[in-house]
Amino acid sequence: MGFLDYSPAPESTGIVSLADEYGLFINGEFRPGRGGVFDSISPATEEVLTRFSEASEEDVDYAIGQARAAYDKVWSKMPGRERSKYLFRIARIVQERSRELAIAETMDNGKPIKETRDVDIPLVAAWFFYYAGWADKLEEATGSHQPHAWGVVGQVIPWNFPLMMLAWKVAPALAAGNTVVLKPAETTSVTAMLFAEICQQAGVPAGVVNIVTGAGATGRALVSHAGIDKVAFTGSTPVGREIAKTLAGRPTALTLELGGKGANIVFDDAAMDEAVEGIISGIFFNQGHVCCAGSRLLVQENVHDELLARLTSRIQTLRLGDPLDKNTDIGAINSRAQLDTISTLTQSGVDEGASIWQSDCALPERGFWFPPTVFTDVSTSHRIAQDEIFGPVLSVLTFRTPDEAVAKANNTPYGLSAGVWTEKASRMLAVVDRLRAGVVWSNTFNKFDPTSPFGGYQESGYGREGGLPGLLSYLRPHSVPAGGKQ
Amino acid sequence: MTRLDVKKTYKLYIGGAFPRSESGYTLQVTTTKGEHLANVAQASRKDARDAVSAARGAQSGWAGATSYNRGQVLYRIAEMLEGRREEFIDGIRHCEGVNQRQAAQQVDQAIDSWVWYAGWADKYAQLVGSANPVAGPYFNLSVPEPTGVVAAFAPAEQKNASLLGLVRTIAPIIVSGNTVVIWAHPSQPIPAMTFAEVLHTSDAPGGVVNILTGLRDSAAPWLATHADVGAMDLMGATELDWASLEAEASATLKRVLTPVKSVPEESLARITAFTEVKTVWHTKAMG
Repeated sequence: MGFLDYSPAPESTGIVSLADEYGLFINGEFRPGRGGVFDSISPATEEVLTRFSEASEEDVDYAIGQARAAYDKVWSKMPGRERSKYLFRIARIVQERSRELAIAETMDNGKPIKETRDVDIPLVAAWFFYYAGWADKLEEATGSHQPHAWGVVGQVIPWNFPLMMLAWKVAPALAAGNTVVLKPAETTSVTAMLFAEICQQAGVPAGVVNIVTGAGATGRALVSHAGIDKVAFTGSTPVGREIAKTLAGRPTALTLELGGKGANIVFDDAAMDEAVEGIISGIFFNQGHVCCAGSRLLVQENVHDELLARLTSRIQTLRLGDPLDKNTDIGAINSRAQLDTISTLTQSGVDEGASIWQSDCALPERGFWFPPTVFTDVSTSHRIAQDEIFGPVLSVLTFRTPDEAVAKANNTPYGLSAGVWTEKASRMLAVVDRLRAGVVWSNTFNKFDPTSPFGGYQESGYGREGGLPGLLSYLRPHSVPAGGKQ
Repeated sequence: MTRLDVKKTYKLYIGGAFPRSESGYTLQVTTTKGEHLANVAQASRKDARDAVSAARGAQSGWAGATSYNRGQVLYRIAEMLEGRREEFIDGIRHCEGVNQRQAAQQVDQAIDSWVWYAGWADKYAQLVGSANPVAGPYFNLSVPEPTGVVAAFAPAEQKNASLLGLVRTIAPIIVSGNTVVIWAHPSQPIPAMTFAEVLHTSDAPGGVVNILTGLRDSAAPWLATHADVGAMDLMGATELDWASLEAEASATLKRVLTPVKSVPEESLARITAFTEVKTVWHTKAMG
């Protein structure tokens, strides 16, 4: 064993007992779908974890009908104080089952246990806790005596933070008084099923939360259904565009959290070691499967060489491998398809003339893996500087002046996140003013909190999640212009 | 012999100037009884493109002005509106066919609405923004910011809207720092062009408000797909195939407000419809 090697410290999976097969969760109970069955595998081992039902159009229609009935008969009539207590119950059960949920999430998604344990699941509980307290304060939130929910909300979430994205969507929707039909990503539906059990344990009335599993066709059936009053989607920009187009001319409200190509701007006076840690969490957190990842590093030219030397030396110490090992920093890529996407885009960087550096860590033989990768000599026109890679691949560009940094940072159609590293607060604030991004982290990166609004400008989507704006997007606006695409 | 009056030739208002349409086409505007009132320019796609360029060029400077300053500029526009009160009343009477009292009432409402929105410039962020109590040692603040360039279609299909509808569309868009390309309603464009003269003699920088006239159906899809347009207000686009425009807007994920057949209500929500929330995190430490 070398200096930086650790003995294996794997989490036991004994606490997780998955059913051999899960049905759809509709009207408070599991029932088989009518569209076939598909396997859910562990991306780290390629072992089959369980099987899911694929929801057909008829299943989606049925789920929406049950959600409508629950909205009309139960949930919309219930006082906010009672809804609030259901959400608090859910938050508590999530806390009680947090170890099990963290392990299940890691098995299913491939992300390191230290992230599910310390980030994902605590945030899930926090999200329900925060919105639980809004459910009985809607009059204060809206300034209206008659706050109205939309009704039935259709929600589609991605595979990068499976349970966390569920919490971001479901908690504010229920607090505002909506009922929901949610479709998790087909590669990461395990914790959604555990969440369905939690709803049963919390005694959430039947039909208030419905979960339909399946792939793109199920998602399309859900978001385009005439019985849906509002759609909330998190995922890729191309799919977001398709949904926006589908809903054009309809009264259905829509919020979208889409892709990004976040700029992480490092000035020469930045605290260098902190910046290195921030750059790493910006791009290697969750294997870079983060829409707000700091995937473009903009370094002031005079500190480029020094920063790169420190950065690559630090990246070399990141441990890649078994995500269930508590020492693991980098887990598995979520699917073979995503691994192919990352490989293709990385190859384009090489082909277009950027210099590639990869950590020389050993990759496990089974499963989907990609080593931490850094491109230098990148110009703004390279695909790796424009396209979202959604993997552990960092593109490094340089700048000389704050003006140039801002211009390069804003030079994408996206506008989700950015980072600024400098010890000079006045410069930080001036740069932040000019960045076209919905979230800016200064001297930190990839921090999330239920009280803090999150969402993008331009082609990163519309609407915010978290905070009061996240609640208001689940309520019908009063005295507002027509249309809901905001 | 009676004196022959001097008829006005109406042109477009783009980037603080009054160019003719490059197309060379004009559109006849008549009274409600069908009598010739004036010819206005038929704005082309090229004119719309120039207007978007002007709006884009003016946007960062306008957004970068202090909110106190933007508020003052808007209030100055109200002063100029008041000064031309009689001219607006005349114009509205002719193009809408309403009586003196109704026209005067609309002008007064328009001026008062403009003043109401002017006052929001340095206040809306205080109501819409927030300090977020995150669970950690961070300063965390959310502030609203303008979306960018907004393309708008002024409502005027009903009576009492040719000035009021225009004003209540433009003011909430620009007060936060957006710039606007607005297409006057083809049937009642004259108060809109008189309003352009008001803007021109106010302190609004050129390009903040750009006003186009003429039929809207051929150039509207082009505005909907323009990547430099961040949002569309289709409030007054009732005669257009607005569902198609909304579908076109999805290519660049524009925020879209869909039509309603009425003059827009005054509301804070109309301001926030064209703003983005930016959240800023900063570390806190004693060391």
